Amino acid sequence: MTEDLALKYSAVILVTFIGILAIGMMLVANFLLAPKKKTLEKALPFECGIPASPFSWSQIHMRYYIFAILFLIFDVEAVFLLPWILVFMEPITMSPWVFYEMVFFIAILLFGIVYSWKKGMLKWK
Amino acid sequence: MELIYFELLSAVLFSIGVYGVLARRHAVLVLMSIELILNAVTINAVAYATHIDASGITGQIIAIFVITIAAAEFGLALAIILRLYSQQSNANLDEANRMKW
Amino acid sequence: MSGEVIVFTIISAMVLFGALGVVSTKNVGHATLYLLITLGSVAGIFILLLAEFLALVQILIYGGAITIVLLFALMLTRVDEFSSIKDAVQRPVAIVVSVLLLGVIITPFLQETLGGQSLTESNLRTLGHELFTKWLIPFEVASLVLLVALIGAIVVGRDD
Repeated sequence: MTEDLALKYSAVILVTFIGILAIGMMLVANFLLAPKKKTLEKALPFECGIPASPFSWSQIHMRYYIFAILFLIFDVEAVFLLPWILVFMEPITMSPWVFYEMVFFIAILLFGIVYSWKKGMLKWK
Repeated sequence: MELIYFELLSAVLFSIGVYGVLARRHAVLVLMSIELILNAVTINAVAYATHIDASGITGQIIAIFVITIAAAEFGLALAIILRLYSQQSNANLDEANRMKW
Repeated sequence: MSGEVIVFTIISAMVLFGALGVVSTKNVGHATLYLLITLGSVAGIFILLLAEFLALVQILIYGGAITIVLLFALMLTRVDEFSSIKDAVQRPVAIVVSVLLLGVIITPFLQETLGGQSLTESNLRTLGHELFTKWLIPFEVASLVLLVALIGAIVVGRDD
């Protein structure tokens, strides 16, 4: 079992190490090779020649948070869809109800998106 | 792998999360610590399931439900924190005492 | 020491590093990145436990959705109050309580005689089979919980 797992994930481990090594080498090479001369102009953020403004953090509107919540909810739904497909494709063993179970699940979530639509939350204004 | 390794990891992660919940005062940081606690519970459930249960399925299904509830709780709690923020213009939990009497 | 134990040690060190970062840093943005380290490494722990589907779920929901929602929420708040909230007063009490709790949790683990049984690999099809027959009611209730979270977030977050 252990050897099986190691064999299966050896590519993942290899790619992880190569990735860390590549990024580390790039950073180290950059640190060693780049000329370092600090001036005030270089420390400024580039803003098309306009003098930089003191705050770069712009506060976005609360309304956009609803879109993030919608993404989160339907991401969770996608997680349940994956084992459902495997069960659904299985020809004989499952009862036909497994289709309607998922339809019921999605219908409940669909009510949420209809609610947010009716409340005008989906308007990008 | 022995079960005890996973149990120890889960216990330490749980304690760190409890420390975060108790010590932090920024509401978002408290929420992140709650996520740590939920992850510790998930590790424990899956470890016990794969070591003791014959099929190893039950613990994984419980873990999926824990993750689902965590996602729902996280979205709702952040909405409440944003409302708190717009009411008192910071997210300090010690100052959120207006409904206390 | 087998290779599996070495991999477990590395991954759990990353888990604990991220968790300690979450509870010790002052900057909320940095705490989000530490949390991402912890959640990704927990996916590695799931792979070691032969629960590959759970590792996928962990990456998909925690690494994808929850981190994005968190960063969205941070963009809705101002950056200048990130570092202004300090936690000083209750910190010693919190340390004592969490260390005591750790001791209470670990003691029965060290005394038990379970374990040693080999891991059983589970496959996704049996998981789905069980989920849609035995766990049907919790599954449908989970969709109701998600619906309540969505509507609650809309009601709480509405600007009026």
